[in-house]
Amino acid sequence: MTTQTLNAEIQQPAETPNPLQEVSGSVAVLEALIAEGVDTIFGYPGGAIMPIYDALYDYNEKIEHILVRHEQGGIHAGQGYARTSGRVGVVFATSGPGATNLVTGLADAQIDSTPLVCITGQVFAHLLGTDAFQETDVINITTPVTKWNYQVTDASEIPEVMAKAFYIARSGRPGPVLIDITKNAQLQKFAYSGYTPCNHIRSYRPKPIVRKEYVEEAARLINSAEKPFILFGQGIILGKAEKEFKQFVEKSGIPAAWTIMGLSALPTDHPQNVGMLGMHGNYGPNVLTNECDVLIAIGMRFDDRVTGRLDKYAKQAKVIHLDIDPAEIDKNVKATVPVWGDCKETLPMLTELIEQKVYPQWLEKFNEFRNQEEQICIQPEKNPDTEIMSMAEVLEALNELTNGDAVIVTDVGQHQMVACRYAKFNASKSNVTSGGLGTMGFALPAAIGAKYGAPQRTVVAIIGDGGFQMTLQELGTIMQFDVNVKILILNNEFLGMVRQWQQLFHDRRYSFVNITSPDFVMLAKSYGVEGQKVAQREGLKAALKAMLEHNGSYLLEVMVGRENNVFPMVPQGCSVSEIRLQ
Amino acid sequence: MKQEYTITVYTENHIGLLNRIAIIFSRRKINIDSLNTSPSEIEGIHRFTIVIDETEEVVHKLVRQIEKQVEVLKAYYNTPEEIVWQEMALYKVPTDEIAEKVKVERLLRQYGARAVVIRKDYTVFEATGHREETDKLVEVLAPYGLIEFVRTARVAIIKASKGFHDKLKEFEEAEPGEEVIENEYLSQREALFPDTGY
Repeated sequence: MTTQTLNAEIQQPAETPNPLQEVSGSVAVLEALIAEGVDTIFGYPGGAIMPIYDALYDYNEKIEHILVRHEQGGIHAGQGYARTSGRVGVVFATSGPGATNLVTGLADAQIDSTPLVCITGQVFAHLLGTDAFQETDVINITTPVTKWNYQVTDASEIPEVMAKAFYIARSGRPGPVLIDITKNAQLQKFAYSGYTPCNHIRSYRPKPIVRKEYVEEAARLINSAEKPFILFGQGIILGKAEKEFKQFVEKSGIPAAWTIMGLSALPTDHPQNVGMLGMHGNYGPNVLTNECDVLIAIGMRFDDRVTGRLDKYAKQAKVIHLDIDPAEIDKNVKATVPVWGDCKETLPMLTELIEQKVYPQWLEKFNEFRNQEEQICIQPEKNPDTEIMSMAEVLEALNELTNGDAVIVTDVGQHQMVACRYAKFNASKSNVTSGGLGTMGFALPAAIGAKYGAPQRTVVAIIGDGGFQMTLQELGTIMQFDVNVKILILNNEFLGMVRQWQQLFHDRRYSFVNITSPDFVMLAKSYGVEGQKVAQREGLKAALKAMLEHNGSYLLEVMVGRENNVFPMVPQGCSVSEIRLQ
Repeated sequence: MKQEYTITVYTENHIGLLNRIAIIFSRRKINIDSLNTSPSEIEGIHRFTIVIDETEEVVHKLVRQIEKQVEVLKAYYNTPEEIVWQEMALYKVPTDEIAEKVKVERLLRQYGARAVVIRKDYTVFEATGHREETDKLVEVLAPYGLIEFVRTARVAIIKASKGFHDKLKEFEEAEPGEEVIENEYLSQREALFPDTGY
């Protein structure tokens, strides 16, 4: 990837200011980013953030700034970066519309616990509340969708506020933080006394103290269980506890199923990985949730798409809930034994106390359901008897070529569910998707960020024809910064998931789901992105291979069945054991 | 079963926190009956007193969400029996009415009301007490030409509380003691699952 350094020869790189030197608020912002180890910013300039961009001109060699095409693209890129790197994503935007364009991404990051620090410019402090040009009440607009936000009106606040922002964004249950900085504070010079990272805020307790007696109770329950079942979520990935989790899974011998946010925390082909939970999850994990005797939920929040009808969810089971966020305990499903804490700490404690076991009969039950699902859903989907291709067979062909080593970024809808169900993963932090908010338009910009977060990895963005059209302007970013992302559009010429619901629950009244598309390949070409379109099965593998082997970004459009449905499915309002295979 | 709960929140003094707390209720379409912010026994620590009518389960979840906010140190919820509380009300009444009618004077005495301002045209009384008391006075003054009425939010003291001084010291430590961390909730749980023999 190259950054445009048009003025590199006339530019003097910024030097770290000496303590007690007078610096501007803008320089203090950038020094904070460097001190926090930030190497990439996704942003878009504008009037109220110009002093920061002016300072950035001298920091070109220390921090790479990626100019996106829309602030929503910027924040989704920040999310993608955070998800594949495990670090805090940083986003710049100007006041007013720049800031309001961040809101969707903030809501997405808030519900999916993605660590972000967003810096927005704001009008001069003396203009606040006067309906000044490009003034909006960003703090109040973003309060419900940020973990923390703060408006800076005096430059001297900046080092401390930035340190708090990074500490809050990444600690405990991570989340997005927004710092709104008035233009006068960006310009103002103040006596800079260096940057001190924050590691304690008295009113903020990111990590509960683990109470050993609860871990002991949990272990006792697990040891006496006959049909225990593990559900795992993104908490494993956010807590960087994949190794600890695998040890727990392997010693306990318990089958484990994942939420889509937890996908890739345990390799797909691990013998105890029994598949996906929830509305379009696998058959066994859903049905057997209502047959297990002990449910061990780790770093997941019992979202309604996972639980289906709550009053018929795992009523027979004792529930052990490991989570770092106390507000999640008992929120949706009552826990018999809550284990509060960082799973990186609690999992090894639990592993030590449990007996090494195997559950051959219990695992066999999962296999039986797997076989039924294979027969009724999976095999027909992978090998359809239609001329037109299915999404599942595209995923299968992709798996063969990537071997499960690629980062898969998905948008929202049918292709997302199919990708999560069929994509193979060997390593953690490989699945990037908009889980909680379900943001169409997420994938293309998130894939850009994902590539910056994991530059050595292949990044494949799987996107529907609808979602792609929501943020396709980010092809411009891909073009300008030569970002090597592989774009795989699964085109069914419908807003497929809505169409599926209209077919199943609204009497096939297809209301505004018939969406037309431009010539995606020609569109990509106009951005200098190579590509091709495949409608015939014979061409699929070669096209996927061409995409993966191409030196640079590539767009592959694959035409798939127009009215294919995603199954299994737990219809809304039904219990997980009422899952339908067709 | 819905009932009245008083929520007490100890917080940092931070602009925007009132909104952050208020939207936890409005997002769930829960009406706040009364909300008061005030200083606490500790300089720099603010105290919110919020009254709502809800089930304990809902209140419990709300309090968890409130405590999750970065600038919130601690949040408690209590039933009316567990607190000592007061509200204050002001009543503006035409002076000629009360001057001429002995009955009004008797009523004011009976409700412990006190004159704050006496002018030729009107008099402002103040009464402090529980809501039923201040409400009742509105009712009985209505026939005598009550011009204006206003009541403050509730302020409440938790009977069992030992104050916040010791807790704050713990909060300022990098590694606080167990009791400060949200564990009083965990301690209460023992009774919640008797069938498992905990």
